[in-house]
Amino acid sequence: MSKVLMKGNEAIGEAAIRAGCVHFFGYPITPQSEVPEYLSKRLPEVGGKYIQAESEVAASNMIYGSAGVGIRVLTTSSSPGISLMAEGLSYIAACSLPVVLVNIMRAGPGLGGILPAQGDYFQAVKGTGHGDFQLVVLAPSSVQEAVNLVVLAFELAEKYLTPVMVIGDGMIGQMMEPVEFPREGVGQPLDPGDWALTGARGRKKRIVNSLHLDPEYCNKINLDLKAKYDRIKENEQRWELYNCDQPYDLLVCAFGMMSRICKTAIDELAEEGYRIGLFRPITVWPFPYQECKQAMQKAKRTLVLEMNMGQMVEDVQIAGQGSREIDFFGTAGGKVFSPDESKEKMLYSLKQAGIGKKTVKTTVKKTTRKKKPAKKRKSR
Amino acid sequence: MKKIFATTKGLVDMPTHYCPGCTHGVIHRIVAESIEELGLRERAVGIAPVGCAVLAYEYFNCDMFEASHGRAPAVATGAKRSRPDLILFTYQGDGDLASIGMGEIIHAANRGEKITVIFVNNAVYGMTGGQMAPTTMPGQYTTTSPYGRDAKDIGYPVRMAEIVATLTTPGFVARVSLHSPAETIRAKQIIKQAFAYQAAGTCFTFVECLSTCPTNWGLSPREAEKWLEEKMIPYYPLGVKKRPEDFQEDQHGAA
Repeated sequence: MSKVLMKGNEAIGEAAIRAGCVHFFGYPITPQSEVPEYLSKRLPEVGGKYIQAESEVAASNMIYGSAGVGIRVLTTSSSPGISLMAEGLSYIAACSLPVVLVNIMRAGPGLGGILPAQGDYFQAVKGTGHGDFQLVVLAPSSVQEAVNLVVLAFELAEKYLTPVMVIGDGMIGQMMEPVEFPREGVGQPLDPGDWALTGARGRKKRIVNSLHLDPEYCNKINLDLKAKYDRIKENEQRWELYNCDQPYDLLVCAFGMMSRICKTAIDELAEEGYRIGLFRPITVWPFPYQECKQAMQKAKRTLVLEMNMGQMVEDVQIAGQGSREIDFFGTAGGKVFSPDESKEKMLYSLKQAGIGKKTVKTTVKKTTRKKKPAKKRKSR
Repeated sequence: MKKIFATTKGLVDMPTHYCPGCTHGVIHRIVAESIEELGLRERAVGIAPVGCAVLAYEYFNCDMFEASHGRAPAVATGAKRSRPDLILFTYQGDGDLASIGMGEIIHAANRGEKITVIFVNNAVYGMTGGQMAPTTMPGQYTTTSPYGRDAKDIGYPVRMAEIVATLTTPGFVARVSLHSPAETIRAKQIIKQAFAYQAAGTCFTFVECLSTCPTNWGLSPREAEKWLEEKMIPYYPLGVKKRPEDFQEDQHGAA
């Protein structure tokens, strides 16, 4: 299949269609507005439905309604809009409904700015809304990966009956890159299983509900959710190791676009003889703690670079369990570290680790991606 | 012996939690009867609100959602647009629909969602213990208007049926009352008409039901019926506010 040049936001919309999602409820917000624009044009062509909600609060409740009747559904937004969607997401998670949402992150807090940032890491992986629930969170670092992860997001949402979020920053949404769509045409309809509200025809009524006044039962619901999240942790961790097949002195940890900038910096420093590896979580929840720890143990020091004031670094600290030296540098407000700035931070960390100027040239070992062997999944 | 009456199959045979003299139970019954008589029960999906009717998902004998406070019309939108063959109804109180859910109801009505909204107006927040609602009458005492609602300070009660009826989008909008047997029979006719319009795919349908709350009004059931008739109906006039056949294409400003 040939590649096409597409803007990230439009590619995300098309990826959803290829995954078999032809229902979208959302609200315009920069820098993700090209998703609703694209889908408002495309969905009627494929027999789908595009509805522009009156707010993100309403959008999150519309996807609750759509998923509740057993329909594959997508919404997209950007940071302040995701805050408003928190209400619906808590209900969706509580009711174990499959939805996919995309957050094209912009600068914050407050209205912040419309330029790329990664300030919603905590919101996505630690506390999207009220109560004990968890989103599965996938973080792409290219337009192609955004497409792949949107398709994967639907698979995971339906496999585990849970909301899945793809977090990209404004750069992923706005830049154009060649992409190849992994599937042709529209996928199979969602299996309504024994939970979807399709009308009580020849069967007992079903209820989609998150009110449980009996503490014993409400506790059970929470335990069931935890058991599901434990299964996801067990089976669905994904990450990338870059330049880690040979000895390295410094491990850089970064996710999303920041990781891509780091690769350029690592390559350039390798030309100068520095040995630096990169660990990039693809599932930022579940965070691959064990693999991060193993990568950290091979380095003298770890450096975390993020487009925020230090969020994922806390997961890296958990991975290191207090035993490793970790430096952090962050940038926010839409300012992105350039490769040169990233190199400066890496040289700082190397100096802290006692590694001076190198003269020997080495070559960079190109991308190695490890994945746990995926268990065979029934295709829907 | 000839059977002349049976309870509706639209309700689950179980006791409800509603207070004595509350008309929620009567409204449940006429909604359920309407759905059953129109042969829609197996296609019906109801949406319970937050408030006194939060447990309505237990009582209606059809597929049911429980929605967050005020969002039932958005949930109904998502469900109906995804499966247009379903019959969607929301069942919402005044704190739910006229306060926190004002945005969702207006926009669902304005999009012309083919759903039926049952709006129960008893001029008070019931479940949370009798606080002031947007529909609380001027001078009415509630737990958060202990000196009586001062309309000059915090405004007058909202007339939802009239507000919804102002929209250009076609709709069926009515207000009924449950304070007497005659009005209850009338309410049933209107609610059934609303479901019939939805089943025919005609338009958005909205029925405001004036209802009593003896517990939070501090009145006996009989006194509450009288209070509704004398205090509420003059402010909230009954009747059909808008019919789909009233619709006229608005050409002004058409692009």
